[in-house]
Amino acid sequence: MDRVRELASKKAAVIFTKSSCCMCYSIKTLFYELGASPAIHELDKDSYGREMERALRVLGCDPSVPAVFIGGRFVGSSKDVISLHVDGSLKQMLIDAKAIWF
Amino acid sequence: MERRTSVYGAKDENKAANGIPGFDPPLPITNILCSKGTTIHPFPASDLDTFDQSVGLCLEDAVNLSANIAFDSANVSRQEVPSDRNLISNSDKTQISFNIYPSTDQAQSPRLQLENSQQTNLVSIPSGTTENWGESNMADSSPKTDISTDADTDERSQRFDRGKSSALVAVSDSSDRSKGNLDQKTLRRLAQNREAARKSRLRKKAYVQQLESSRLKLTQLEQELQRARQQGIFISSSGDPSHSMSGNGAMAFDVEYARWLEEQNRKINELRTAVNSHASDAELRIIVDGVMAHYDEIFRLKSNASKADVFHLLSGMWKTPAERCFLWLGGFRSSELLKLLVSQLEPLTEQQLVGIGNLQQSSQQAEDALSQGMEALQQSLAETLSTGSLGSSGSSGNVANYMGQMAMAMGKLGTLEGFIRQADNLRQQTLQQMHRILTTRQSARALLAIHDYFSRLRALSSLWLARPRE
Repeated sequence: MDRVRELASKKAAVIFTKSSCCMCYSIKTLFYELGASPAIHELDKDSYGREMERALRVLGCDPSVPAVFIGGRFVGSSKDVISLHVDGSLKQMLIDAKAIWF
Repeated sequence: MERRTSVYGAKDENKAANGIPGFDPPLPITNILCSKGTTIHPFPASDLDTFDQSVGLCLEDAVNLSANIAFDSANVSRQEVPSDRNLISNSDKTQISFNIYPSTDQAQSPRLQLENSQQTNLVSIPSGTTENWGESNMADSSPKTDISTDADTDERSQRFDRGKSSALVAVSDSSDRSKGNLDQKTLRRLAQNREAARKSRLRKKAYVQQLESSRLKLTQLEQELQRARQQGIFISSSGDPSHSMSGNGAMAFDVEYARWLEEQNRKINELRTAVNSHASDAELRIIVDGVMAHYDEIFRLKSNASKADVFHLLSGMWKTPAERCFLWLGGFRSSELLKLLVSQLEPLTEQQLVGIGNLQQSSQQAEDALSQGMEALQQSLAETLSTGSLGSSGSSGNVANYMGQMAMAMGKLGTLEGFIRQADNLRQQTLQQMHRILTTRQSARALLAIHDYFSRLRALSSLWLARPRE
């Protein structure tokens, strides 16, 4: 959990993924579309990957990846991200966190 | 075969009674038990099959009609009835139809088994034969009318009246008449027995043939089912829970979707009426909220179905052909829908325009993201399955590779469900956001427009499928 928090606070937009996960690919694409450049951490390539995955589940992320943090705060998984994006909140959050400018 | 309505059906009893001279209100069967030790002879069914109007019960003969006896109302009205016949209807709705003709007046002898030894003859007529009675009655009814003699009629009706109080139509003596006719009657009866047996055999044959053809049909259906099953439409008839879950997923969803569509049509019509009749905002809101909630319902159904059979949803086979044209990840594209709506929703406020514009863009972006994810999935799956098996390692190695490949591919396929789910999530969120931006009235018009659009697509499908081909 500490590691998760630590990594999440390092950049305005942070996404935890797995290299094989295609939904993660979708969410990444969405962020790029919005002009953000989130930090991507692939759990399957991380030595602490398993504990981190467990920590993400504890946070309520289901499925565990993709897990999105904006401004150090846990936002959610793909479902939450899409919902927030549709009502415009996602963009606003990114702007607030200075991940994007407009 | 015409089934005569019983004049003596439960409701009609009194009426019938009044209409027939000399005839008493129907006597309930329970009353008919012979008190004098008479024998009761069940009337053989076969006899009754060709019981053509020659019941000819002498008044002296008591009749115990057990089950349903069809009473020929037509004959009753012709007033030839009362003469010799003892007709007892069941206490409740027995349909009674048979013709009674004075035995002496006919060329044919009465069919009834006459028991002369006792005071009373009892005839019980099983119900199954009533139809035949009606049939044969019909054929012969008219000529009989002329046959009854008044004298006989009177005499018999008198006797009948006598018997009425006891409710047992038991007659004291076998008449000479009946004795004299016995041989002739017997011969006739035997002939009619044969006839009845023949008809019975024919009926049985017809029935068996029907059974056979049904069996054939059943086999054909089973084969079709088997074929369909092989084509990937999993239809499980087994009791295995897990298998039947996925097996029935496609069909169950199709059924649920059809039901949902019906309900949707109903709700939309309600909305349309409200809009056209300029209902108040409050009323409109209730109906609009109802429609929105109903959309939530279909997304819930799809979510369940995606667990059971994601490929069925992806295939769009649950939609009509024209709709399938526009299929995206198992449903419609929200961004396209919004484009269609904007023109119909005017006038919009500045803020609304901005809102709708943003919504359109967001949904477009999300759609693109999901589409790209799907492409990545396809690519990954293809790579997994196409990894060469031309390894230098032995066959066991290849098998292990194969198994590993399959396992990986299975894992990837499993993520499809997630994509469908997010695609539906996107559709649902888009609808709800649109509802938030618009006023109640605008929402109402938007929902109507959406529904009309899809209705037309469905109609187009029907036309297309029904088009004449060279």
